[in-house]
Amino acid sequence: MAYYRSTVLVSMDPVCIEKGALEIKEQLIKELALLKLSDEVQVLDSPRLGDPETEGPDILVYPEGSHYIQLSPATVGPIVLEHFVKGRELQQYKAQMRDVLDEELGEPKDKEIRIILENIGKIDPRNIEDYIAVDGYQALAKVLGEMSPEEVIQTILDSKLRGRGGAGFPTGLKWKFARQAPDTPKYMICNADEGDPGAFMNRKVLEGDPHSVLEGMTIGAYAVGANQGYVYCRAEYPIAVSTLNTAIKQAREYGLLGKDILGSGFDFDIEVRMGAGAFVCGEETALMASIEGSRGEPRARPPFPASKGLWGKPTNINNVETYANVPKIIHRGLEWYTSMGTEKSKGTKTFALAGDVVHTGLIEVPFGLTLREIIYDIGGGIKGGKAFKAVQTGGPMGGCLPVSDLDLPVDYETLGAAGSIMGSGGMIVMDEGTCMVDIARFFMEFTQDESCGKCVPCRVGTRRLLEILEKICAGNGEEGDIEELEELSNQIRKNSLCGLGQGAPNPVLSTLNHFMDEYKAHIYEKRCPAKVCRALIKYEILDGPCTGCTVCARNCPVGAISGERKQTHVIDQDICIKCGICHQVCQFDAINVS
Amino acid sequence: MPPVIINKEETILGVRRIVERIGATRADLIPVLQAITNEFGFISQPAMEELSTLMNLPTQEIHSVATFYRMLSTQPRGRHVIQFCESAPCHVVGGREVFATLKQALALEPGQTSPDNKWTLLTTSCLGVCGMGPVILIDTDMYGNVTPEQIKEILSRYE
Repeated sequence: MAYYRSTVLVSMDPVCIEKGALEIKEQLIKELALLKLSDEVQVLDSPRLGDPETEGPDILVYPEGSHYIQLSPATVGPIVLEHFVKGRELQQYKAQMRDVLDEELGEPKDKEIRIILENIGKIDPRNIEDYIAVDGYQALAKVLGEMSPEEVIQTILDSKLRGRGGAGFPTGLKWKFARQAPDTPKYMICNADEGDPGAFMNRKVLEGDPHSVLEGMTIGAYAVGANQGYVYCRAEYPIAVSTLNTAIKQAREYGLLGKDILGSGFDFDIEVRMGAGAFVCGEETALMASIEGSRGEPRARPPFPASKGLWGKPTNINNVETYANVPKIIHRGLEWYTSMGTEKSKGTKTFALAGDVVHTGLIEVPFGLTLREIIYDIGGGIKGGKAFKAVQTGGPMGGCLPVSDLDLPVDYETLGAAGSIMGSGGMIVMDEGTCMVDIARFFMEFTQDESCGKCVPCRVGTRRLLEILEKICAGNGEEGDIEELEELSNQIRKNSLCGLGQGAPNPVLSTLNHFMDEYKAHIYEKRCPAKVCRALIKYEILDGPCTGCTVCARNCPVGAISGERKQTHVIDQDICIKCGICHQVCQFDAINVS
Repeated sequence: MPPVIINKEETILGVRRIVERIGATRADLIPVLQAITNEFGFISQPAMEELSTLMNLPTQEIHSVATFYRMLSTQPRGRHVIQFCESAPCHVVGGREVFATLKQALALEPGQTSPDNKWTLLTTSCLGVCGMGPVILIDTDMYGNVTPEQIKEILSRYE
């Protein structure tokens, strides 16, 4: 593969062709040849670029991203001369810059560094040429042309890249184990079963920059010695699945997947497998069972997948973001990559900020930024000027960290030591109106529901934890409940088979650790300080502020509110289901929660 | 609930068509079951028996896989399937109230189908659109930033 310094995409929309796009392309190639630039600038056909009706015929020049519109063969010469020889953009033919940024992905904030997310919203994910134009597949060309598998593994080891799926295991080491496994054939799996509630970083990468994942997987396959790969994507992401399938098809057409990739003699192909809605399938052994067509139940490790994985053969399994890092490391070099992050955690991490934070959505930051910087400087702080209460990192197996932990740097070790985990990158911010006992109950509801049922500590243990938490939230907590929660949590953590069970007690233990007062208020005072737990609160209408506007009575789903127009209304406590709608709709702050 | 009428012959032909298209190896089982759920709404007993013959697997084995995954159903579903996202990001931005109102409006608990076969209420795991929670998915229509007051209007859009 030749290294071009620039790429020109020519829109081959039918309307553009009608307006002379083919002549434009011919003229471009002629002018470039005249100036002896044919080896430096490549000209490619592209589907529609701008609006063909008003802007066509048009071309897009990368890496600058200059979009020249309304071209005629006569204007091609000046553009080639100015742009490629003199290095100046020709303003009179340039389109006005349009805001192409993704709506879930705003402008990068000051402290962000975007590597994994950098192409998203800027390239067309359904057009492989867009990816090639931003240096895509250069890393693969370099690996296949110049590096041995051992050199690739060494580079990834030196980059200190760690698994972005949550556990943070060194990727290079994983590859090394799989390479050293004697058995064949070997398999490559991409874990795209991003099930953590609130985490959608991988969905965005698969939908916005799928080739970066395919390229990373192919490089890994070369290093490991695998010829077949699978992307296991959850079925809740239909758009990601379809984008991936398009990307794979195009990569095959360009000789970047399939037999004899780039003429190197290396064969590798990828297939997409869809999940069917089971959270536990994000666990690697459960995931492989699911690809094999069985119930997605985890099994004990060892043997690890690197020696016995899919169909009992050596298998390397990494997550979407991990693979997406690989081409960047190879293409831009170790020095660049290791300049970001902390001593043990290099590079960047994407997070999905959710909950009571001003700017929700995806962010990407170097490791080592503090939680405070992420929540306040990037996330814009807490919604509605309320006070911060806790942040839950790492999905349902993570812990809740309080105000006192806000200045902790975000990396694998620090979060682990604080009683939480890095996880795949969900970050749920909670304000003062959140009841931590209710949150613990909520996560336990999730894990006990998602427990696959294979091992007893997880299946029965999470159920018992949930029952105790439900009892406390219902106002029936009693002496000894806290101790029982602690003991049970420790048992589940020690004795469960997979990460789901081992991590399941984290929300309980971390809230017990940081918010013991709230548990005590629920149990001993029968009081929910955050006014969330329904059994422990009461809605009442205050005499003074109530104007008798009847809004609450009309909105009450159970008809518990009565009263004449312009008279103070009353809530019948026997009928009230404590849904809180009256509190939400009242314009006069007349509903008191106690 | 009224009895569900299954046209056995049609089911068997449908299953054969699906297996022919996708494949009959063990690794094809889940995609096949997914396709059957999509086409017939659920995996009926005749469908499982036919699959058992075509794939050379015990019916129990097929049943065990079919009941493991949330998206595969062995129970008939209503004309419209409402899925409520019960994940934490939706929960903390008011999902609780929305779900309470939804259950009340439909008079259903999760997993139940209404007597007139119109609605099936399910909960779903995170749909990954957390920036616009609380989220409800009705068939393939997604509703974001839902408030309890909107539920009535949203439901009225469906026949």
